Amino acid sequence: MSFRDNPLGELKVPLTWAAAIALIVAVVAATAILLSDRREIFKSQAYGVSRKASDTVLAPVGNVLSVPGRWTGQGVENIKDYFAAGSQNSELKAELREMKQWRDTAIALRDENARFRNLLGLKTDPPIAMVAARVVTDSRGPFADTRLANAGRERGVKVGNPVMSENGLVGRVIGVTEGASRVLLLTDIASRTPVMIGRTNARAILTGDGGPNPRLDYLRGRDPIRDGDRLLTSGDGGVVPRGLPVGTAVKGLDGRWRVVLASDRAPIDFVRILLFEDFTQVINQQELSQTPVPPPTAGPGATPLRSQSPDAGDRASAPAKLAPAGATPSKPANAQPKPAESAAVKPAPSKTPSAAKASTTQSDTPPKPKAKPAADGVRN
Amino acid sequence: MSGARPLEPWRWLGIPMLQAIVATLALGVPFRMFTLQLPEPVFPMVLAFAWAVIRPSILAPFAILILGLFLDVFWGGPLGLWALCLLIAYGVALAGRSMMAGQGRLIFFVWYSLVTATALVAGYLFVMLDARSSPGVVAMAWQFLATIVLYPFAQRLIDLFEDADVRFR
Repeated sequence: MSFRDNPLGELKVPLTWAAAIALIVAVVAATAILLSDRREIFKSQAYGVSRKASDTVLAPVGNVLSVPGRWTGQGVENIKDYFAAGSQNSELKAELREMKQWRDTAIALRDENARFRNLLGLKTDPPIAMVAARVVTDSRGPFADTRLANAGRERGVKVGNPVMSENGLVGRVIGVTEGASRVLLLTDIASRTPVMIGRTNARAILTGDGGPNPRLDYLRGRDPIRDGDRLLTSGDGGVVPRGLPVGTAVKGLDGRWRVVLASDRAPIDFVRILLFEDFTQVINQQELSQTPVPPPTAGPGATPLRSQSPDAGDRASAPAKLAPAGATPSKPANAQPKPAESAAVKPAPSKTPSAAKASTTQSDTPPKPKAKPAADGVRN
Repeated sequence: MSGARPLEPWRWLGIPMLQAIVATLALGVPFRMFTLQLPEPVFPMVLAFAWAVIRPSILAPFAILILGLFLDVFWGGPLGLWALCLLIAYGVALAGRSMMAGQGRLIFFVWYSLVTATALVAGYLFVMLDARSSPGVVAMAWQFLATIVLYPFAQRLIDLFEDADVRFR
């Protein structure tokens, strides 16, 4: 039967048009969804309800599906270990010899570091709590590189928490729900991480592009990087703590500096989520944004201030409010060192909560050297 | 007159859709052996091509929209990205349907590759606009290769249902 003879042939045109209209409607819907998506925004509200619900469902499904793969991988590793035991033994012995030397150096450096910190009165970073989790799903495409880990809100995980494997930084959490959290890998196109080159302390931004080796953008300084340089997180911006291992620098085929990620040395099956809080979440923003009223400038014919006026104490203590504990209070440029003023400043009785908090965190610092420069600063 | 009966949607849309979802889930597990990871093909691309070739349909674009949204949620990408890319692929295949009629398998494979490339290039442009950064071309090439390898599944689906609806023979 020819095409013309087909009695139902004329039905084709309306249905084709209807299909085309359905296609246009679906395209409009997809475009609207894409335009309203805010995945990479650093806010928990941006991670929509649909994503949270799907992650809650996908986490146990992925956990079950990954069991055979985990067993197979473990079996293969066991077999490899069995056959490579001899060569591994000699390698480990050599490594141990080298590590012993490094251990002695590390002990000496740690001691020296602690003494310098005490002398300088540096505020050291507090230890960061961690949560262990297992990766249950994995995506590796050019447009999205994320993983789903089976620890969520119930374990204290928050959006923005950095994620590490035993070898180095993996990424950061972009979505949290009950029992699962979505990790944006360093290789994702939306990932931007401030890093520094260990040798030169030069800064750069690690930018993912969907490939296995993210590139280094905004490299600063003259000759800041060489092949094989180690990269660490710089901690700039306060999102990621300083000093986490990221990888080593290599020159890419496109002539740009790229990074061989340290976390790629082994399969990322178990991860540690650092319950690190962003610097902007820890500090009291309201208190920090308070602008102290500058003291009035004394004119040439003004009467010198002899007696302690009611607001003199407030004026003098204003800079002390903002100064961190242990630091020398900054003196106003026009302030005259008067005994009355020094008496008003010296006791500094009204300690702000932030100053109190900072002083409590410095409990390892000897109190004597801390108090002395402050008093000297006022008297001189 | 059983041959004139319209094709039931669950047979040619529902079951392949479920199969694509299960296959995507299976290849989404974190598995690595000898430093090699599992490939990550776009299984719904097979359906976007085969459904357009089999017959025009009102339900198919919405099924593709759902599959695309599933990919975006499962892979954690921008929501709507793969939905739009797959719909573009479907549209290209639907527009070229009359040109494909009566052609051999090789031409079908070339069309399938062309449709896949169109979807990936569209994805590249959308991601570039969204993230203000260019995705890696090598990663795209790998995904393109992993997806065009799935052509036999598309051919199998077309063979199964091409003649099932007499209005579109």
